[in-house]
Amino acid sequence: MRFGVVVFPGSNCDTDCYHALRGLGYPVEYVWHEAASLPEVDCVVLPGGFSYGDYLRAGAIARFARIMPAVAAHAEAGGAVIGICNGFQILLEAGLLPGAMRRNASLQFRCHDVHVRVEAGGMFTSLAGRGRVLRLPIAHAEGNYYCGAEVLTELEANGQIAFRYCDADGKISAAANPNGAVGNIAGITNRRGNVLGLMPHPERCCDPVLGNTDGRLIFASIAASRGGLCHVG
Amino acid sequence: MSAEPWREVGLTASEYARLLELLGRDPTSLELGMFGLMWSEHCSYKTSRLHLKQLPTSGPRVLQGPGENAGIVDIGDGQAIAFKIESHNHPSAIEPYQGAATGVGGILRDIFTMGARPIAILDSLRFGDPSEPRVRHLFDGVVSGIAGYGNCVGVPTVGGEVVFDRCYQGNPLVNVMCVGLITGGRVVRGLAAGPGNPVLLVGARTGRDGIHGASLLASQELDASAQERRPAVQVGDPFLEKLLLEACLELAGSDEVVGIQDLGAAGLTSAAAEAASRAGTGVELDVALVPRREGGMVPYEVMLSESQERMLVVAKAGSEDKVKAVFRRWGLDATVIGRVTGDGRFKVRDGEELVADIPVEALTQRAPAYDRPRRRPERAAAVDPLLLPEPANYAAAFLRVVGSPNCGTREWVYRQYDHMVQTNTVALPGGDAAVLRLKGTAKAIALSTDGNGRYCYLDPRRGAALAVAEAARNVSCVGAEPIAVTNCLNFGNPEKPEIMWQFTEAVSGMAEACTALGTPVTGGNVSFYNDTEGRSIYPTPVVGMLGLLTDVNRICGTGFRRTGDCLFLLGETRAELGGGEYLHVVHGLVAGDPPDLDLAREAALQAAVREAIAQGLLASAHDLSDGGLAVALAESCLAAAGGARGARVDLGTGLRPDWALFSESATRVLVSAGPAEARTLTALLQARGVPCTALGAVGDGSLTVAAGSRLLFSLPISEVEAAWKGASPCMFL
Repeated sequence: MRFGVVVFPGSNCDTDCYHALRGLGYPVEYVWHEAASLPEVDCVVLPGGFSYGDYLRAGAIARFARIMPAVAAHAEAGGAVIGICNGFQILLEAGLLPGAMRRNASLQFRCHDVHVRVEAGGMFTSLAGRGRVLRLPIAHAEGNYYCGAEVLTELEANGQIAFRYCDADGKISAAANPNGAVGNIAGITNRRGNVLGLMPHPERCCDPVLGNTDGRLIFASIAASRGGLCHVG
Repeated sequence: MSAEPWREVGLTASEYARLLELLGRDPTSLELGMFGLMWSEHCSYKTSRLHLKQLPTSGPRVLQGPGENAGIVDIGDGQAIAFKIESHNHPSAIEPYQGAATGVGGILRDIFTMGARPIAILDSLRFGDPSEPRVRHLFDGVVSGIAGYGNCVGVPTVGGEVVFDRCYQGNPLVNVMCVGLITGGRVVRGLAAGPGNPVLLVGARTGRDGIHGASLLASQELDASAQERRPAVQVGDPFLEKLLLEACLELAGSDEVVGIQDLGAAGLTSAAAEAASRAGTGVELDVALVPRREGGMVPYEVMLSESQERMLVVAKAGSEDKVKAVFRRWGLDATVIGRVTGDGRFKVRDGEELVADIPVEALTQRAPAYDRPRRRPERAAAVDPLLLPEPANYAAAFLRVVGSPNCGTREWVYRQYDHMVQTNTVALPGGDAAVLRLKGTAKAIALSTDGNGRYCYLDPRRGAALAVAEAARNVSCVGAEPIAVTNCLNFGNPEKPEIMWQFTEAVSGMAEACTALGTPVTGGNVSFYNDTEGRSIYPTPVVGMLGLLTDVNRICGTGFRRTGDCLFLLGETRAELGGGEYLHVVHGLVAGDPPDLDLAREAALQAAVREAIAQGLLASAHDLSDGGLAVALAESCLAAAGGARGARVDLGTGLRPDWALFSESATRVLVSAGPAEARTLTALLQARGVPCTALGAVGDGSLTVAAGSRLLFSLPISEVEAAWKGASPCMFL
């Protein structure tokens, strides 16, 4: 299972993803935004940060990066793509996932741990399992996911909602929603289930010294889906 | 030229006479502007230089002391830490968002210019009364500005302080500290060495922004006209900074670079002069080559612009193209604008025309230096805090102190900062010190900023020493050894003898404490003229402390861990309410003397705490400071692992209960330990001569405080939490 972490100008969680994946024992390499093609990787990671400064809408410029057609082709061919935070925003702007991102309802950047409930099975959550509550950090100012009623119904019907914000016991409530996202949505997949976008940062909770290893379940699920060895202890 | 040309650039008549003597002729208008900037208080340290010599600046770990862009200390294994704190007070008073944002940007550049990757930011902030709308505007703007810049660049903001006091009403303090890691690579210095080597300007284009911004703005009092100076505040571009950071670090690892110097206050003038002065060389620049944002800029504007996100790179001759290629990869301009010379002169050309020709030393080392007159301020006889009556209702007094603007939770602030990016933050904000692991090693560093303006107002010498002691104690309470200090000295107008007295006293106190605790000062910043309409702020020296942990798994937090653990108070509690939070909040007084400080006892206590943590004897450790035992108890209860916990505490009958509860006696730490470890702990403390009082035990749902047989209060912990958290929503939202 090989991971490729795309580096846009302004990405700042690229090294965190790289370090977390290396720590879990997976081969991983950086992919420069100006590359025309992807190296031999199974999963593309679009990391968090402020690509191109995000002075426009978050992710609105990164979608035009030279590497993006190759990312889209990789997804089209059934390859795994995971967009974290800014990466999720880029996937929305690129049309690889439905919906749009608004500023947090608080209009402030928010950085703290949240709980999310795993809502769907599939390649990103198979080891966690539906109904499992994970504790993951968030750090964003634009994580207020929005889609219209029709799309929401579709996402629900197709099992595309991967994670919802919840309380520590798994209860979905307005109080547990850190940004105002529709339906407490923290992460969604495409219809085929091979492209995931999520606002929380699993790469920030893979190392026991940081006091939380819930993030490992997501990366290990991806590896397991490809028959890769699960290196998670 | 006008009859008194010096006035326009902020110099005095005698300084102008000195200029004429050094130059040997009348200056051109550009030369005069360059002298004005370089001889400003902000750039020349002309008032403080003489006195800062008192500070200890060397030690076995110090690789770089004051005088460079940042101090550097060796932490073993081929690693070093670069760190520094700087103020951005006046820009923030005028335009809080951009003032604070560019404060972050400036200090980040000071760190990565040395080849260090920035790994942490801390902010020490002071504001006026938070119930005033103008103060809330400043507070909100500063916090947003720090968040907006730091979050985007991807450097975690891991700690700091926020203090409210009326003395900062019109003049907030925004002190930003940055910490960087140098691994394996060499240290890059701000040197324009090697005559013939090319000088490149990289990063942002030069505009008309910030002319006389940081330099002159910071060198005079804030008055009614200050708001009109908003155009002098720079505007930050954190995305550009991020690109510059990556490019400079890529370059720092190569052999092509001789020196890198960031452009801060006084822009190109200061950067080139400093770099040449350090190397003992000269420099020749052609302003016509400087990439600009707009046409029509004259040499004066180009040389004095404080446009942000720019760097000066001195490369080895012949490697210009390699250097440019690195910057181009990151989408940045890099332009050769001049070269290093061997004649010790700073020459500026505009194409063919020579527009400035000044001896480098005249701008830097031969800038004026003053020993300004000082006088101890006279103050009316103060109230003796010990004559005040006991509170009628202890529960109410306790909740008022715990929920006061200075003691309540800071979550509203730090949840707006990305404090986890880079995945090194082991101890999150809210504790005594931030802890960052160093990837690939078992080590970690601990960081804290501290300063108490009220103490320093009452006794600047002791107040400054107390700040050093508290910063070191905070770092020790997580298990780290304090190893070095950076300082930001915020004072009023030094032309007032009373302010000058405060300054020299504070520097002396800081020197004594740093010497006694073995923590040399490796750099920092002096900010004078923090006055509005003639009123000075309290003298506010802020200490940024760096601590080192050898084992990241042996750290300690402030929160209680288990019900039934034994509670101990280390150190001695005396009836010391002077300058304290209780006096301020409950009695509305700033009076008395700050707590006494015995530095030998302080060092012994801190060493004992570190040893106890290293032996795994402590479940929690929390420094006592503002609000004394009352606030430390509340915080340890509320930070408990797995949710808030209570405690049962007996203060004993030795001191009147309000003194015991709210005294701010220094050199004290509240710890909890399992019953099995308690005996070993008390033996260790006894052997080291550290006083230790059994206070009670960690409990479940309520906090009960008694003095002997007299119950003072018993509160559900949820009520304590509501008071502590209540400080923020009602104040700030």
